[in-house]
Amino acid sequence: MSVTTTAAEAAQSSKALSVQGLNAWFGDHHVVKDVSLTALRHEVTALIGPSGCGKSTFLRCLNRLHEEIEGARVRGEVWIEAQGAERLNIYARDADPVRMRRRIGMVFQKPNPFPGLSIFDNVVVGLKLAGVRRRVLLEEAAEHSLKQAALWDEVKDKLKKPGTSLSGGQQQRLCIARALAVRPQVLLMDEPTSALDPISTARIEELVLRLRNEVTVLIVTHNMQQAARISNQTAFFLMGELVEAGPTSRIFTKPQDTRTEEYITGRFG
Amino acid sequence: MRGEAGLRAMQARDWRRRWHNRAATSILSIMAVMAIAPLFFIFVYLFIRGAAGLSWAFFIELPRPVGESGGGVANAITGSAVLLALASAGGIPLGLAAGMKLSERERGPTSQMLRAVIDLMTSVPSIIVGLFAYAFLVVPLGGYSAWAGGAALMIIMLPIVARATEEILNLVPDHVREAGLALGLPRWKVTLMIILPGVKAGLATGVLLAGARVAGETAPLLFTAFSNQFGFRGLDQPIASLPVQIFTLASNPDEISRQMAWTAALSLVFLVFIVNVITRLLLRRK
Repeated sequence: MSVTTTAAEAAQSSKALSVQGLNAWFGDHHVVKDVSLTALRHEVTALIGPSGCGKSTFLRCLNRLHEEIEGARVRGEVWIEAQGAERLNIYARDADPVRMRRRIGMVFQKPNPFPGLSIFDNVVVGLKLAGVRRRVLLEEAAEHSLKQAALWDEVKDKLKKPGTSLSGGQQQRLCIARALAVRPQVLLMDEPTSALDPISTARIEELVLRLRNEVTVLIVTHNMQQAARISNQTAFFLMGELVEAGPTSRIFTKPQDTRTEEYITGRFG
Repeated sequence: MRGEAGLRAMQARDWRRRWHNRAATSILSIMAVMAIAPLFFIFVYLFIRGAAGLSWAFFIELPRPVGESGGGVANAITGSAVLLALASAGGIPLGLAAGMKLSERERGPTSQMLRAVIDLMTSVPSIIVGLFAYAFLVVPLGGYSAWAGGAALMIIMLPIVARATEEILNLVPDHVREAGLALGLPRWKVTLMIILPGVKAGLATGVLLAGARVAGETAPLLFTAFSNQFGFRGLDQPIASLPVQIFTLASNPDEISRQMAWTAALSLVFLVFIVNVITRLLLRRK
């Protein structure tokens, strides 16, 4: 935390995302139960917990993707704290999910570049289809995003090749570049390394550490070492509830809830 | 623990496994050959009977009176092309649109109705489609026409294109679609501008198969497009087609007509084949 601002000011200005009383259902199945969580700017928040604990569904509520599934429902508030602008609730009655999603990017478990699109088009398709037509702007955006995703040097000579021609790890970084190109304030990552080898995983982890200077990252992971390595805050989910959230170092050394302790020490899950 | 007896038992099991594998492979191969054989025999027989009548004149000349030798089926070839173009102009866009709607897997009333209608359309006998076009186009317009024939073929083409489109789009994993939505794009843009370009080879195959199927339809044309012996005379006039021409020629008693029927049949199969190959090559180069 910066020494030039008071603690209260810093806490106020550094909030990036506040979730209040979020509930999610699949039909009658209540999968996220009254979760409240705040993510700070320039920080990585890791969501951990056993399979089926609702952490992925929670993440998918944060860009209104959960509701795209037949029979899925959400209730609650998710506030984006725009700097120098008014904060807004993405679940407000007049909030358009399509516009809200532009502020909150997402990277998925399996690398999923769009088949049939070149590397270049994969990165800029979000801008193109949002109406950006000028070639120069698109080229700038592509280069910037690919550099952010640490992929530029590997692909700058083959931007016209299909995105699917890259290796798994490169594809995942391409997907990160694609998400960054529309300039989101928040980046959601749903187990982004679970389909990758250890070296590709390490590269993505380094990338996440660097990206937090530009976007707020929330990452779901099954790998507790990964959570410990890259996150500032860790949130532990169990059976749809947020059991405990706090600074990663504290969660992993002095968890306050016995269930958290049992999980991180490997006694279940 | 693993003595002589154990080793022998293992060898026996191994031998049995190999034998099972070989037996299963042979049975499957035989069944595959049996499945392909009819198609192969049709091709060979068509070629043997049809090749005798092949000449340039056959493709560029109009038919001559029954019993007179020479002449060709140029009227039927241009006619089939016109009818296919009319059917495609309506059937492909409507079929693609219906297929896209179906692939969204919604459970709303419109989707369910659309699904039922498409299912029903697939199973309607083609002669009934012809009757429908006769009642609603031929009678009101006062005569047989290319319009009516094209419309009948379109009705047959639409559900085939729709089904193929739905199946191909369903092969795209949900998370690819979600990645598009997550970029802040509306659903229709994701399907139309991101998902479709990724499956264009598959879609083209589906459309081609639908075209090939329709190109061989005879029944719906008998009382819609009818036929003529003079070549193209306008979309509001009767028009010839290869299948109907084959039907007419094969019904004639004379040897010359029957030879022409065989050659026309060969040409129809060959034209469908050529269009298929060309489209596949074009798609592969892209």
